[in-house]
Amino acid sequence: MADLSNNDEAVAAAIEAPVAAGEPILQVRNLQKHFPLTQGILFKKQVGAVKAVDGVSFDLFQGETLGIVGESGCGKSTVAKLLMNLERATAGEVFYKGQDITKLSGRALKAVRRNIQMVFQDPYTSLNPRMTVGDIIGEPFDIHPEVAPKGDRRRKVQELLDVVGLNPEYINRYPHQFSGGQRQRIGIARGLALNPEIIICDEPVSALDVSVQAQVINLMGKLQDEFNLSYIFIAHDLSIVRHISDRVGVMYLGKMAEIGTDEQIYEHPTHPYTQALLSAVPVPDPEARAHRERIILTGDVPSPANPPSGCSFRTRCWKAQEKCSQEVPVLAIPQRFQGQDIPAAHSSACHFAEEKQVVPVS
Amino acid sequence: MSIIDKTAAVPAPRGGDHTGPLLEVKDLHVEFHTRDGVAKAVNGVNYSVNAGETLAVLGESGSGKSVTAQAIMGILDMPPGKIPQGEILFRGEDMLKMSEEERRKIRGRKIAMIFQDALSSLNPVLNVGYQLGEMFRVHHGMSKKDAKVKAIELMDKVKIPAAKARVDDYPHQFSGGMRQRIMIAMALALEPDLIIADEPTTALDVTVQAQVMDLLAELQQEYNMGLILITHDLGVVADVADKIAVMYAGRIVEQAPVHELYKRPAHPYTRGLLDSIPRLDQKGQELYAIKGLPPNLLKVPTGCAFNPRCPKADDICRTEIPALVPVTEQDGADLPGRKSACHFWKETIHG
Amino acid sequence: MPDVTKTATAVEDAVATPSVDASEPSAKQEKARSLWGDAWADLRRNPYFIVSSILIALLLLVSAWPGLFTSASPTAGDLVHHFLSKPELSKVGSPEWLGYDGQGRSVYARLIHGTRASVTVGIAVTAIVTIVGGFMGMIAGYFGGIVDTVLSRITDIFFGIPFLLGAMVVLQSFVERTVWVVVFALAFLGWTQITRVMRGAVITIKQADYVHAAKALGAGTTRILFKHILPNAMAPVIVVATIALGGYISAEATLSFLGLGLAAPTVSWGVDISAGVAQIRVAPHILLWPSIMLSLTVLAFIMLGEAVRNALDPKLR
Repeated sequence: MADLSNNDEAVAAAIEAPVAAGEPILQVRNLQKHFPLTQGILFKKQVGAVKAVDGVSFDLFQGETLGIVGESGCGKSTVAKLLMNLERATAGEVFYKGQDITKLSGRALKAVRRNIQMVFQDPYTSLNPRMTVGDIIGEPFDIHPEVAPKGDRRRKVQELLDVVGLNPEYINRYPHQFSGGQRQRIGIARGLALNPEIIICDEPVSALDVSVQAQVINLMGKLQDEFNLSYIFIAHDLSIVRHISDRVGVMYLGKMAEIGTDEQIYEHPTHPYTQALLSAVPVPDPEARAHRERIILTGDVPSPANPPSGCSFRTRCWKAQEKCSQEVPVLAIPQRFQGQDIPAAHSSACHFAEEKQVVPVS
Repeated sequence: MSIIDKTAAVPAPRGGDHTGPLLEVKDLHVEFHTRDGVAKAVNGVNYSVNAGETLAVLGESGSGKSVTAQAIMGILDMPPGKIPQGEILFRGEDMLKMSEEERRKIRGRKIAMIFQDALSSLNPVLNVGYQLGEMFRVHHGMSKKDAKVKAIELMDKVKIPAAKARVDDYPHQFSGGMRQRIMIAMALALEPDLIIADEPTTALDVTVQAQVMDLLAELQQEYNMGLILITHDLGVVADVADKIAVMYAGRIVEQAPVHELYKRPAHPYTRGLLDSIPRLDQKGQELYAIKGLPPNLLKVPTGCAFNPRCPKADDICRTEIPALVPVTEQDGADLPGRKSACHFWKETIHG
Repeated sequence: MPDVTKTATAVEDAVATPSVDASEPSAKQEKARSLWGDAWADLRRNPYFIVSSILIALLLLVSAWPGLFTSASPTAGDLVHHFLSKPELSKVGSPEWLGYDGQGRSVYARLIHGTRASVTVGIAVTAIVTIVGGFMGMIAGYFGGIVDTVLSRITDIFFGIPFLLGAMVVLQSFVERTVWVVVFALAFLGWTQITRVMRGAVITIKQADYVHAAKALGAGTTRILFKHILPNAMAPVIVVATIALGGYISAEATLSFLGLGLAAPTVSWGVDISAGVAQIRVAPHILLWPSIMLSLTVLAFIMLGEAVRNALDPKLR
């Protein structure tokens, strides 16, 4: 037992150390989450597994925003839960400042939580309806009393309200007295309370009205500069992800299909799925209607309980060949681009990766 | 209405000798009587659609865009809803004055609706073939067998693969995109003159969204139907609409042909919306954000409802409700189909 | 086209605009309103609530201080007062008001003194059942897995025992059947209902994002259970418990009527109903008054439960 608590302290010490800008702060390696499919009432027998996340690896650097895009069911929200330790990973590691946090528990985990926070998608379910705004934003201080002394908390909460652009006098109100955009600001204030280094945002603006989305996105940008935050920004809206992200990863059926800087992904995509996804995004410009090439994919996303062999995208891919059904493509810089200093030379999990421009360059 | 004159290349409407627009909404008001007061959801909306034309009604939540559509369909819950004034003319006849029986004949047969959430719009305990065939059995008195053949035809039409094999499947066995296709098939079954699509692709993924919108546009052309597309997505609108009506707090604040609206908006709200969405093809700095919040329908601001959020607001905006007036070029030349409800539309459109 | 009306949601959307306005000046005018506060404001205007709560308040008063309402003893009979002598309905509140029973005891006095037994049984059983059943349901719902399987099977077994029959068997094994024995028998079999309601509510609530958010902050199990889950799971439990309270009172009366619950010399409506049946042809008032009281009491609690349900979950209306 003593040995264990010493270990906890070592971890706690390690995560106190600051990380220089541009160094990786979070390293995800071969992360997997399989949800077992069971049969039977009393004696449950596993009959299969939904491979929600099936071997995802990426780095998050200090101070940057990594966007993760993908369609529903691609596993992007499960990645968020795994990074937050809200779900236990089936396999793989998440290194935060060199510590694998997937296996932590107790005090060490609590210490990590101070530094990694989350903003949720639905502002209507992410705030406890029976707590006042002051209690909601102040709860982090109750859980981590060392952050703010008791007498100081009310002032801190009001400061946070001010930071996210809400009237500090709203402290005694309840969530249902606010609109969606305001609630999302409350959620962001709660996430900021412990002064974290990383904030994981799971579709933070998709439930908001267009005119309010911009307010929240701008706020998040402002807070990133002010508090030196690193974001993982998970969304299905490719335009918003481009706007806010420094690097972008594209997920399909539990795997990362392509990852690179925003310029590499949006202007020089090499994975056919990324290309199709980008070409399908409606552009608010009727002039572009006529001369835009659209790749319309056939069919639907296969079930993650029974993914296709080889490349999981091959069933909807127009380039698919024999090789695609036999060999799982690895996420790496494609051979043909290796050693070249061109934007197409970024990681792409496709046997036949080639550049295709689908977004008009302005 | 000048909008109507512009779209002249429209084939004559099928059936009936009515020559005006297919559907015309005139000065429609809808209110909801709630415990906390009267919520004025729609405050004098005017728009019209021709056969073969796509009108996009653009607005955020609470703008009244969906309530207007429900009033047209006659599926508004009354009470608490109430239509204190207005007309809804279908081929020149006011539907609000019709008997429930007459309206039922129009609903489904002449005007059909597609909802956002296909799963809750389909009956989970009946297979899709039965639900599709129901239209033919009820309206055309077909036999069960013939109706099923028709159902398969429809499923082919909306490009559901292996229609014959899947006709006996239940709604939950289809994916989101396929369910939306079934909804479209159901709306199309009786070859209506007008389809109202309420956020038809909002719940779908982008790659599927594109498929469904393409299908809808294709079928609209084939049947020469009028289409009212209700959405909040400026991207979707740009892709398919002919003309656009922008709604805010129960009023139409701007009307314009689609190209015009995006090029030079004539209302500060439209301009704000266009500036506030991030673009796929450009990485900007800070986004323009419309300040403040959408209005509370229980107490809409006096004057122009947008005035508390508007950068151009002046004293007149706080006292006088701006009328929806025609917009002209700087030299006074006509801009067909363009209207704006802003005291300062000249400054907005011409800089 | 199926006539699927989305109007209900449309109305909600139309009025679900935030109460906090964009304009700052109005910020101070509006008070903080908690969900409980909203429910209370709603309740106060509900006539069912007003009627039922007045009735219940009166019942509580009567059972606490029966002496305030009658000076006559419920047990001292005087055969001078024959049960066939006509009740003197004009003499409100006097011992002879509602007539006398077979042993010459004032029916009115027995009615007043019998209230305590019924109310005690109702409240005590409900309290025990809510605490025990609520706790079991919370544990089963929150922890899930094997804990849930075991607790749910135990619940199912108890749920499978017919309520009255089971209570009779339990009561049979006691020699002396006081109020507390009856309470025990009813609570022993009654907790399953609350367990099931609580378990269902907790399972729904533990998936809410605000619970995830609390976990992500590092909140412990106790905090999550008592700060986040319990306050949100209480609403359906309160409703079910209030309605069940009336049920326990009628169960006590039923058992007493059958001679298995309370027995003389304990004063209880059930005992009196049982005794009154024998003289139903000649002196129906002996049976009538305790029956009316029992029905009114049960009705009051059911009405209160319904009113609370409407206030806590406006969507049900």
